[in-house]
Amino acid sequence: MLSELKNNHHLSIMTKIKTLTDLKHLKDKIQLKNGLGKSGDKSEQIIQIKVGMATCGIASGAKEVMKYLIEECEHLAVDANVKQTGCLGYCYAEPMIEVLIPGSKPKVFGYVNNKKVREIIENYIIKGEQVEGEIPISFKTINN
Amino acid sequence: MTDPKKQFRIALRNCGLIDPEQIEDYIEQDGYFALGKCIIELSPEMVIDEIKNSGLRGRGGGGFPTGLKWEITKNVENNQKYVVCNADEGDPGAFMDRSILEGDPHSVLEAMAICGYCIGADTGLIYIRAEYPLAIERLKIAIKQAEEYGLIGDEILGSDFNFKIELRYGAGAFVCGEETALIHSMEGLRGEPTFKPPFPSVSGYMGKPTNVNNVETFASVPVIINKGANWFNKIGTEKSKGTKVFALAGKVNNVGLAEVPMGTTLREVIFEIGGGIIDGKEFKSVQTGGPSGGCLTKDFLDVPIDYDNLIAVGSMMGSGGMIVMDEDDCMVAIAKFYLEFTLEESCGKCNPCRIGNKRLHEILDKITSGKGTEEDIEKLKILSDVIKDTSLCGLGQTSPNPVLSTIANFGHEYLAHVKDGKCPAGQCKSLLRYDIIEDLCTGCTLCFRHCPVGAITGERRSPHFIDQSLCIKCGVCFEKCKFNAITLT
Repeated sequence: MLSELKNNHHLSIMTKIKTLTDLKHLKDKIQLKNGLGKSGDKSEQIIQIKVGMATCGIASGAKEVMKYLIEECEHLAVDANVKQTGCLGYCYAEPMIEVLIPGSKPKVFGYVNNKKVREIIENYIIKGEQVEGEIPISFKTINN
Repeated sequence: MTDPKKQFRIALRNCGLIDPEQIEDYIEQDGYFALGKCIIELSPEMVIDEIKNSGLRGRGGGGFPTGLKWEITKNVENNQKYVVCNADEGDPGAFMDRSILEGDPHSVLEAMAICGYCIGADTGLIYIRAEYPLAIERLKIAIKQAEEYGLIGDEILGSDFNFKIELRYGAGAFVCGEETALIHSMEGLRGEPTFKPPFPSVSGYMGKPTNVNNVETFASVPVIINKGANWFNKIGTEKSKGTKVFALAGKVNNVGLAEVPMGTTLREVIFEIGGGIIDGKEFKSVQTGGPSGGCLTKDFLDVPIDYDNLIAVGSMMGSGGMIVMDEDDCMVAIAKFYLEFTLEESCGKCNPCRIGNKRLHEILDKITSGKGTEEDIEKLKILSDVIKDTSLCGLGQTSPNPVLSTIANFGHEYLAHVKDGKCPAGQCKSLLRYDIIEDLCTGCTLCFRHCPVGAITGERRSPHFIDQSLCIKCGVCFEKCKFNAITLT
């Protein structure tokens, strides 16, 4: 779904993974592409914006928020990778978006509408100012 | 409103963080490495030992040790076996499995393949309710992508292990979460349970050995393989290892999902992660285990959550629904609500469940209408016990639990209904009474003009009256009166 909205493509035409080593190579390749691998050049990382697009998010209007977000990023010439995710578990605050600016801590904003999207892009992403509506996310996962 | 890292996410590790429609996102998080490790480096026995040592128990509610289930299914000789994922999530207010399938479908696919490798199955079936269209679509995409990469299909990672996964749709019947009913539904038969034994591990789908696990159980498996059983079994309590996802709903501020280590208290989940009760009202009860569980009072808030503790206090873990109630909720009405659900969802096969629950519901209805007696409360208890003892499947065996637990924990509310003719929470309309206080009534006629049934009479500038036989207790007069001249008792 929403393939028309996504600017995230498969790495290449999928080739079958025939060994465990192939799988490891694929993981390295993905990490490299996302600039997170050992040899990844951090300066090339771009802003990532994730939109919660599970049933709870979509029911609260996440589809429109994502569409507007992509349009506004283009409009304001912000080079960002906008992608969908599932539910972060904070259903009460949907629609939610997470903004990851290289070198900064990820920020999650709740109750996002079009007006808020503009505010986040203009004030937080472009100017680096504080924007209200942050949802404190502090769970541990298996990796930390 | 803060969540001071009470949450620890294993089953939800990728939910909300990765794009569920991009297999590369999953692979980046070590996705399919557990499957690779199993089929290339470990024997099925070694994998089963690892799962057994981890202490993982079924997350669908039963709490049966997962590794043991795999071992039993493995040890049954047959050239055709099946792995089934139970995604027939049906408890009111529960949405853990949907979120996992929508947010991280590959974790379930990977674990099903691991299970298939262990028990000797080449086919996995996901039984999912048609009411979850987004989860279905994301599963379809995930299966297609995994097939394209060869991570599901023939000769996975160059081994001789073949495994394919297909979807089977349910029509959203609660009883089809019971594994024998689920299997019958998949076979195209009526979704009715049958007596166990034989267990599905011996004779399941199409009469073949079938291993049925829940979505959340599967989602935990790859982590156990990657991190090791000894990492997993250090989390949780003595008999309940790992974490459990709860769907917080009801009168709680932060409605959503919470995954916590076993042994976390209800108080921590409701007040710290859940942010407490809406509008600062007083907590009254928490319902765990869905229609099969029980309603616990504030006295149980400090009970560490695990399978055994919740059963000991008269509720159960269930699949993870957690519905919070405040001072405005009537516990008799809540019990009636759950019975209504059970009545709708009973398959009707056995008498105790089909007829017994109907009678329970009638008695509860009588009590909430103000016509109940103390004897009715006794009848509820006796009938509940009979239904529990004589029903065929889990649905009937647990359906009276909300009634029994509310009588045990909120007996005074039942008594107030039958002895005093009062509903303490003010929810049971038949027991409410609106009256006009003559001294305060100015005869403004506002209530008279708004009453939808013409139950209020009186002359202008003189006190009005409510005809109790006509009043439908809508409360409009109470809201409209500017002189606080109407009382609610």
